[in-house]
Amino acid sequence: MPGAIYAEGLVKTFGDVRALDGVDLDVPEGTVLGLLGPNGAGKTTAVRCLTTLLRPDSGRAVVAGLDVVRQPNEVRRSIGLSGQFAAVDEYLTGRENLHMVGRLYQMRGKAAKARAAELLDQFHLTDAADRPTKTYSGGMRRRLDLAAALVVHPPVMFMDEPTTGLDPRNRQQLWEVIKDLVSGGTTLLLTTQYLEEADHLAHDIAVVDRGQVIARGTSDQLKARTGGERVEVVVHDRERMATAAEVLAGFGKGTTTVQEHTRRLTIPVTGGAKLLAEVIRELDARGIEIDDIGLRRPTLDDVFLSLTGHRAEAEENGNGNGNGDENRGRSGDGGGDQSPEAGAGRGRAKEVSE
Amino acid sequence: MSAVTDTAPAATPAARFGQSVRDSLVVAQRNLIRMTRIPEMVIFGLIQPIMFVVLFSYVFGGSLQVGGTTDPSVYREFLMAGIFAQTVTFATAGAGAGIADDMHKGLIDRFRSLPMARGAVLTGRTLADLVQTALTLFVLAMVALLVGWRTHTSIGEVLGAFGLLLLFGYAFTWVGALIGLSVRTPEAATSGGLIWLFPVTFVSTAFVDSGKMTPWLGHVADWNPFSATVQACRRLFGNPGGSPSDAWPMQHPVWASLIYSVVIILIFRTLAVRKYRSAAA
Repeated sequence: MPGAIYAEGLVKTFGDVRALDGVDLDVPEGTVLGLLGPNGAGKTTAVRCLTTLLRPDSGRAVVAGLDVVRQPNEVRRSIGLSGQFAAVDEYLTGRENLHMVGRLYQMRGKAAKARAAELLDQFHLTDAADRPTKTYSGGMRRRLDLAAALVVHPPVMFMDEPTTGLDPRNRQQLWEVIKDLVSGGTTLLLTTQYLEEADHLAHDIAVVDRGQVIARGTSDQLKARTGGERVEVVVHDRERMATAAEVLAGFGKGTTTVQEHTRRLTIPVTGGAKLLAEVIRELDARGIEIDDIGLRRPTLDDVFLSLTGHRAEAEENGNGNGNGDENRGRSGDGGGDQSPEAGAGRGRAKEVSE
Repeated sequence: MSAVTDTAPAATPAARFGQSVRDSLVVAQRNLIRMTRIPEMVIFGLIQPIMFVVLFSYVFGGSLQVGGTTDPSVYREFLMAGIFAQTVTFATAGAGAGIADDMHKGLIDRFRSLPMARGAVLTGRTLADLVQTALTLFVLAMVALLVGWRTHTSIGEVLGAFGLLLLFGYAFTWVGALIGLSVRTPEAATSGGLIWLFPVTFVSTAFVDSGKMTPWLGHVADWNPFSATVQACRRLFGNPGGSPSDAWPMQHPVWASLIYSVVIILIFRTLAVRKYRSAAA
């Protein structure tokens, strides 16, 4: 039996660009699928096809048991959509926005009003409920946007890059909300550029590149393919690097990479934060002063590199919409887990340009 | 799962029509709330036609000959129907810019993902614009009375003229809706909504007699839907009508205006709703 979201051979072309090139998906009821890929990979197009905003050129898609091409209006009654392209009216208050959406989901006036109040409370927006959303912060606006998608308790939800452009605190908050939602039995398809986000929220991950699903599996399976996590240390004194390498070798699996000029040492590990703590204690015991230390998890870049042999950004630049800032953000300091934060600058820039 | 059971599908044509009306009113309400939050838009919309009244009345008033006289008060009465009609057509730009803005900001996507009547987003917008047009016309009529414009017919005929103007303006908001869906930015929709209005409103009998134009231009003016509405208003207001030609719309301007408006609505509503269905931000 097909899942709550099911797609078979979806194709969508714009001019001579094949945005979707035969996408198959199957999301069992009550689970979360993370669609992971860089900009321009086809994630948004896939969501637009599944939410009836775009008609696929060929292939079949069934959402909540309904065919998206033949029964679009029935599909719309069963889905909620939130994310980078669904929006709220900036001149209406939060309450007015939710009330309007409720009415357009064909709720009666009173019911729509009550539901709006309930959602505002649930999303901690009651204090700002009667202010135009223009005055909201980015995080508040995302929460309202998500609330708008939840007005009728839809059994199937789509979120397109729900946290792109949010600061870490707001991202964390939104993740909690999404987790609550899923624990209530909602089937969710979410797109993201960040492995960490998919890792946090999704049961299964499908990696998308050039309109095709190039890999699928759990987060652990994907990480296993990309080499897992590494500890990175920046040693203060160059003379102590050899000793530090010795220490690391005792904890890691595989060979230590040494960058002489940056005094940086990297080694693949298993064991996460607990192991990191042990490494720090041992380095300290040997009196090695460190400038920086972190656990580096595989990023989308690493996944891409191992799956396709090219970096995620190469795809964006190939499409002509990549920019230097993003590359800078992604490759950043290399210290610690920096994947979602790296994209924040780009997300903000996008919001401004909108 | 409550979503599926709570909202009964609109099955019969009557139920579908009911839903269409309800959804349109919800969207109209949204657009009206927006107008109250951006009052400067409404105010600028009022200043422009008032400026036209004053400029045309006092700058051209004494030098343009209408019905064999250059009496400024005669020209003022002749002029006013033209200004009214021009004002209602300028609502085109507002509708276009508003819809382009909704596309740009992703609101159209939100609406298109909801189980609402297909044409309601556009109908709601055009209805809200109609309310604004009515308000503008009211203020403009007051200003016109101040500068000496008078009607010489029954109240029914005067209201009929305003009804024709509103219908004509409403028809043009559908042209604006199509423009708004077709361009990339609200700015493009504003200029795209205005540029073609200048020839439409000036190559007409709104400001001068078509008899004074080069013959081919005069023919265009006589058959221009805009001229028909202007001429119909003059007749219904009992204002001097210049010397209209023998062309059918000039002889039967009320009917001509009605027919033109209905045809424009039918054509552009169909095209705009079709465009909306396949619209991509």
